[in-house]
Parts: sequence; structure tokens; C-alpha cells
Amino acid sequence: MFIAVIWGVAAAGLLLSWTKSRKKTRAAIRFFRRSLLSLAPSIVAIIWTIGFILTFLPPGLILKTIGRDAGFQGVIMAAAFGSVVLIPAFIAFPLAASFLRQGADVRAIAAFVTTLVMVGVITAPLEVKFFGKRFTFWRNSLSFVFALVIAFVMGVFLR
Amino acid sequence: MKVKPVPVILAILAAVTALVYASRPDKALSVLFISKDYLLEMVSILPPILVLCGLFDAWVPKQTIERLMGEASGARGASIALILGTVAMGPLYAAFPIGKSLLEKGASLYNVAVFLCVWASIKIPMILFEMKFLGAEFALLRLALTIPAILVISGLMKLVGARSVFHEAK
Repeated sequence: MFIAVIWGVAAAGLLLSWTKSRKKTRAAIRFFRRSLLSLAPSIVAIIWTIGFILTFLPPGLILKTIGRDAGFQGVIMAAAFGSVVLIPAFIAFPLAASFLRQGADVRAIAAFVTTLVMVGVITAPLEVKFFGKRFTFWRNSLSFVFALVIAFVMGVFLR
Repeated sequence: MKVKPVPVILAILAAVTALVYASRPDKALSVLFISKDYLLEMVSILPPILVLCGLFDAWVPKQTIERLMGEASGARGASIALILGTVAMGPLYAAFPIGKSLLEKGASLYNVAVFLCVWASIKIPMILFEMKFLGAEFALLRLALTIPAILVISGLMKLVGARSVFHEAK
């Protein structure tokens, strides 16, 4: 759905642009080609790495490390796990809910969900390409720290 | 950049995949199939986003973005960044080219950081989804804590001047 809309909007935009100014449209297409070519190799490398992680990561291990007995360390592990994996939210929420039912710490789940969306270790090389190392480092590490803060505050309210 | 790390990484990935294939062909195939799924997802999202960035680059004058989201745009600029991030759909990596285009057109670092973090974490359909699976209490409390956290993170990023390397990287 989202994909159809975005392709439609891009196509309509290109068409409209072409009728208004061929010169600007060519510039836009040059921009498109340049950025796509410079991104493609990094994207393939990132995706390939994800393939390895999702193939070799045992799911039982995850639950053991973020259980209620794991305490503070479990919350950190959950936040780290959320930072590393790249899974769509519509898979992550049911997964998080099943962890919660199986006895995971609510703080660990909050930390996992928050870093999952805000911190991206695997996409960091791509982020560096766009914004530089420093921007990427600070955005991700601050997001990680605040995910822990959010998790502990939630732990106070939801216990 | 002096050395090109990406081709080296690709070569290593290919070598490791071949090694895994030699001992555990099923695992190697699983790696490739998972990668294929993600690749198809990215291929279906990135091209139109980049086309839109190209059009944005060619058509929107720098002064407009500078005025709306630049250093002097204040709370209004941050609100625009917040709304832009919320209404947009798609994974975070789709927001990178858009954020960079905004930066190049003169949006402030603070506003671009807000935009990226909001895009990553606050989506109305996603909140509904979270409420369904993890409970309304959990989802709304997390949302209420996330918004101030994003504003603080972006403020701290401005403070440490995270933009400096952005210029180097160009």
C-alpha cells in the first residue's frame, strides 16, 4: 500500500516536473542516478549482514538474556539487541508481546522496542554516508541512552 | 575517502557465505533467502524516495527551507520537523536521503535530528499496533516519554556540534 503510493507520487511528480521544465527534471534524474549508484554497494553489504544475523541467532538465547531475573543487565542486553536487529514493527510488536507473556521484564521490552526503532547499528554505515560519522555516532548513542531512561521510567509506572 | 571499505566487506561476505555453503548449504541458502527478501523490500522503497529527493533538490529553493526550518525557525521549525516525521511512512533508512536534502537546503541540525528521530519512532499506525499488542498503557506511556526524549537528544546533538563531520564527509 505504502509502496504503491510512493511509486505513484514519484511518477506523478516526475511527469509534472517534465511538463514544467525539462532542465530541472534532468537535474532531478541525475541526482537520483548519482545517489542510487553511490548507495547500492553499501545497501547490499548491509542486507547480506542481516541475512547472517537472522540465520545464526538462536531465539531461545534471546529470551534467557532478557527475562525478569536478568535485571539491569537484561535491560541493557535487550536494548543492545534492539539496536542490532532490523525487523519491521509489524513483526517486532507481536514478538515483543510473546516475550512479555513468556516472562520478559517490561523494562527490557520497552528498551528493546525503543532501540529497535531509534538505534540502527546495521544501518549506521548508510547513515554515515548521508550525515557523517559524528552525527551518526551521537544520534545513535544518545538514542540508546534515552531508550534506557525511558525503559526505567516505564518500569517504575508499570510494575 | 582513501580506502574503499565497502568492496572489501562485500568480498568478505561472499567468502564467508561460500565457506558456510561448503559445510552447511542450508544455512548459506537461508542467509541468501533472507537477504533477498530484505533486498526486494529496499528496492521497492528507495528508488521512488530518491526520485522525490531529486525533484525536491531541483525545485525547492534553498531560501524556503532556510526560512521554514533553518537556525532561526524556532518552535515553528521544530513543529514542522515533528509533523513531517509523523506523517511520513517507511523505514528509517528511507528518511536518510530526505534528511540530507533538508540539511543541504539549509534546515538546522536540530530540526533534521528531530525529523529523523520522529520518523523512526512515532507513526500513528505503529502506535495503534503497539497498543493492540503491548497494551494502551505501555504504548501511550512510551510515546509520552519518547517525544521529550527526542527533543533533548536533538538539543544535545546541536550542543556537541554533530554537524561538523557532515561538512567533511561531503
